[in-house]
Amino acid sequence: MNEIDTLSDKLLGEIAAAQDEPALEQLRIAALGKSGSVSGLLKTLGAMTPDERKEKGPLINGLRDRVQAALGERKEALGEAALNARLASERVDISLPVREGPEARGRIHPISQVIDEITAIFGDMGFAIAEGPDVETDDLNFTKLNFPVGHPAREMHDTFFFAPDANGERKLLRTHTSPVQIRTMISQEPPIRVVCPGRTYRMDSDQTHTPMFHQVEGLVIEKQAHFGHMKWVLEEFCKAFFEVEGVKMRFRPSFFPFTEPSAEVDIQCSRKGGEIRFGEGEDWLEILGCGMVHPNVLRNCGLDPDVYQGFAWGMGIDRIAMLKYGMPDLRPFFEADIRWLSHYGFRPLDLPTLAGGLTS
Amino acid sequence: MKFTLSWLKDHLDTSETLDTITEALTRVGLEVEDVEDKAKALSAFTIAYVVEAKQHPNADRLRVCLVDTGSGEPVQVVCGAPNARTGMKGVFSPPGSYIPGKDITLGKGVIRGVESNGMLVSEAELQLSDDHDGIIDLPEDAPVGMSYAVYAGLDDATIEIAVTPNRADALGIAGVARDLAASGLGKLKTPQVQPVRGSFPCPVDVKLDFAADDRKLCPAFALRLVRGVKNGPSPDWLQARLRAIGLRPINALVDITNFMTFDRNRPLHVFDAAKVKGDLTVRRAKAGEQILALDGKTYTLTDEQVVIADAEGVESLAGIMGGEHSGCDENTVDVLVESALWDPLNIARSGRALGINSDARYRFERGVDPDFCKPGLDLATAMILDLCGGEASEMVFAGEIPESKGAIDFPWSEVKRLTGLELPQVEMKLALTSLGFHVSGAGERVKVAAPSWRGDVEGKADLVEEILRIAGLDRVEPTPLPRIKDEVIKPVLTVLQKRTRAAKRLLASRGLVEAVTWSFISRDAARLFGGGSPKLALANPIAADLSDMRPSLLPGLIRSAQANADRGFGDVALFEVGQVFQSDEPEGQLIAAAGLRRGSARLDGVGRHWDGAAKPVDVFDAKADLMALLSGLGIPVGGLQTVAGGPAWAHPGRSATLQFGPKGVVGAFGEVHPKVLKALDVKGPLVAFEIHLDALPPPKYKPTKVKPKLVLSGFQPVTRDFAFIVDGKVAAGDMQKTAQNADRNLISDVSVFDLYEGPGVEAGKKSIALAVTLQPVEKTLTDAEIEAVGAKIVAEMAKRYGAALRG
Repeated sequence: MNEIDTLSDKLLGEIAAAQDEPALEQLRIAALGKSGSVSGLLKTLGAMTPDERKEKGPLINGLRDRVQAALGERKEALGEAALNARLASERVDISLPVREGPEARGRIHPISQVIDEITAIFGDMGFAIAEGPDVETDDLNFTKLNFPVGHPAREMHDTFFFAPDANGERKLLRTHTSPVQIRTMISQEPPIRVVCPGRTYRMDSDQTHTPMFHQVEGLVIEKQAHFGHMKWVLEEFCKAFFEVEGVKMRFRPSFFPFTEPSAEVDIQCSRKGGEIRFGEGEDWLEILGCGMVHPNVLRNCGLDPDVYQGFAWGMGIDRIAMLKYGMPDLRPFFEADIRWLSHYGFRPLDLPTLAGGLTS
Repeated sequence: MKFTLSWLKDHLDTSETLDTITEALTRVGLEVEDVEDKAKALSAFTIAYVVEAKQHPNADRLRVCLVDTGSGEPVQVVCGAPNARTGMKGVFSPPGSYIPGKDITLGKGVIRGVESNGMLVSEAELQLSDDHDGIIDLPEDAPVGMSYAVYAGLDDATIEIAVTPNRADALGIAGVARDLAASGLGKLKTPQVQPVRGSFPCPVDVKLDFAADDRKLCPAFALRLVRGVKNGPSPDWLQARLRAIGLRPINALVDITNFMTFDRNRPLHVFDAAKVKGDLTVRRAKAGEQILALDGKTYTLTDEQVVIADAEGVESLAGIMGGEHSGCDENTVDVLVESALWDPLNIARSGRALGINSDARYRFERGVDPDFCKPGLDLATAMILDLCGGEASEMVFAGEIPESKGAIDFPWSEVKRLTGLELPQVEMKLALTSLGFHVSGAGERVKVAAPSWRGDVEGKADLVEEILRIAGLDRVEPTPLPRIKDEVIKPVLTVLQKRTRAAKRLLASRGLVEAVTWSFISRDAARLFGGGSPKLALANPIAADLSDMRPSLLPGLIRSAQANADRGFGDVALFEVGQVFQSDEPEGQLIAAAGLRRGSARLDGVGRHWDGAAKPVDVFDAKADLMALLSGLGIPVGGLQTVAGGPAWAHPGRSATLQFGPKGVVGAFGEVHPKVLKALDVKGPLVAFEIHLDALPPPKYKPTKVKPKLVLSGFQPVTRDFAFIVDGKVAAGDMQKTAQNADRNLISDVSVFDLYEGPGVEAGKKSIALAVTLQPVEKTLTDAEIEAVGAKIVAEMAKRYGAALRG
């Protein structure tokens, strides 16, 4: 074995055995540094004859290349091992729970959600959203809506009143959203298409009645809008709102002072195991009241009933929320119980749209 | 309104089934609320003959009966009834039938070793009575195999309908039958009333004692004496009918008035003539007058009520309830029968004031048929003569029957105009005439007179409704409502509506939960939040703590937070976006957005956690919510001032008012004042904010949707830190603005990165550290330029706040 091979074996052996980067660096300096063993050999080349150089040159250069490569490989291997050791030491208990973010805790009340759903549907049909005050006059809540004097709804046991003013007139809390109809007809020229969601108040309190509740009123005033159009609008609404392919609806003649003809509307459903489903079944469930706007109401708003006509309807927002989402009792809607709100409420980004579906 | 099928058939000649009839009732607007059909419930039970009843071999009290059910071989039944005997007829219940009184479905069984294939039932087991002493024992001639319900006359279904306030006529069974006949379910056969000829003058006269403008209180009053009657129990058929609709039979005279009430919507009253002194006067009651009414209660009257009085005092509450004193009983021999018209409004008010709900009040307040006032008396008289005998006097009549309204000018096209439904004229005319309307004229326009019993019909739309409900609302085809313009829908929401919606989503995304609380709160709570004006106090609140319109959303939210804490959920974050009331005018109703955080319900987490427990909430949590809300709504906050100190509900040192100038207050945030917490019986820590969405500036109109050009600098920003020692009262926000203003072109950001008070800093002073970022625009800054800006900041701070750089 010649000198070069001996050195080669020694150096490669030492490199392979180096345990860390400083040791490896020591070996590099000892071999390839200015006065390193391999560098020393390389220096001898200059003093050789051309023939000797021809013979020894490749051997010495080969030795240098092997040592360099071995150093590089070993360095990489040591780096890899060091990283593995660090990673092994950096292990965490990944099962630890993270904090729930605000978007997971926040909720939208079902009433707001349903109002947004109603807005999406009727907005698409070209209806604007009209609003009016909760504190109303007797005139707008009753008289202009063709309620006769002495109608039971005008009595203290049904309606919340304020104290009479100096003229003996007393304001009241609107008992329905219908006064918004009147305000709209008085302030706007037909054609009119509005829905009016809002709070309403009656002296009532049981499982399905609270002294405050929410209604949505719809109104269409044009020159041709008739009962058939109303049926279409309401059927389309119910299909879209309950997110079913089809609904069967029953229009029953009924009575409201402000519409003529009037109807109550039932929707066909099934009730299996306490769960209501629309678009199937044999039961009927009352869902809304509607009718052609009474000629007296049109007259009261300065519209000629022989020229203008239209229809109106009203339904309980809380009620349709209960029907769609299955809350059994109305009272907790207004009790702000965090458990109820978290369960029945909607996530902040559950924004109902027609394109994406009202619910996801 | 309740009636039986057989009673209906007194007026309607029909062979339609119960189901068809009930469907039709709902279809024409007489909504069926309940149908009780005993025949259906008892259809399994048939009449059977007991061929043989012998002692059970293994039980003293049981008998083994061989029962002929009328079909096939006799069956063996084990029976425990003491009256089971050979040769009797009873009611058989086969295996598989449901026994309502026991709530079981009968099976085949073996009783004490003997097979039993059915049961002989008692009345109690069929829920017909409480009699469970023995099995039903029928007469010998009862036909074996026949349905027991049919045999016993139990197959008369009871129907209950809801009658809308406009349909007083349907409060009589005759009126219900008329609707059904008009809708094609049979022929109306209500018999004509024959006038009764009196054989002697009525000895009692009637005087309507009213001022001229009060005459409407009793437009007409008819009276007659029937003498020599025998007033016992009414016949079985009448008693059965009254019982079927939930009335208690009293005696023939009273039962006749009840019958008239339901049969013809004609309430009447009968007085025992022996107890009436002198003539009758109809008048307003005198304040303080009393009457012991037929319900056994004494009522004290005011002059708002109308009474019928004799020489000795009040005998009857007009149109509402008779008096006990002159009521008829089995000793009545001479009876005065009254049929009158009353003012619906007065009846309604009197009934309500006195708290009396009677069948008479219910009908008179909706309006009875004025033209049936006299015929009603004749019909009742005829019934009395028929059932109680006696001799009728002539009729005494005071007042006059009001004239009917004029005819309505009606173009047939009105039906299509309002409903979209095209009907043949002949069908429309038939609908009206079969309901009793009188149609005169021919062609496209006719005159239509409403019958006397339809006081609700006023105009064309009412006639359309009559035609439509008889034709059937289901015949109206749903017709797509065309868009007003054929184009993609334009946005429909107003700025306020959009902000209301956005505010809810924004606050929810910050972990707050939306509550909807009452619009009315207690007077005390309203006062704490700047409300409590008498104009916003309800005259008739449903509860004492729901008496005043809320001036703020916070009282409701704060109370709710405590209610949740009381249930064990103390770390709650709630918000509400809704109406608050500053006055009773429409402009006084504003939309507020308010939120609160209690306990440790902070944005980044709630309660204890392995990574560090959440701190209790503080005023900066409320500030962060409010600033996020404004920013999310796109409100430019440049001109917004945060003025230390908030409204009365807030801790004066830990709150602020947000305003665009002194008159542009939009809201406030802060820690809730300890006194307010105490007054509301609530425990903190509790921080809150509230703004009025109406008070926010409207968005600026922009002619284009293009966003401003983005200008990016190619030079590195430079940040320099400054720590100042200032008086504790100096506002860091002001210092921040001052630093910013030192060079508005160069300084792109100033942040407060440290705040320190304590050892090392003189008492009453604090250290505020600012990081100032300089963003060069044209060239890299030299050290000298940076130093110059720094020096200017330091000088300004010294001048304005006496601030010194921290050594």
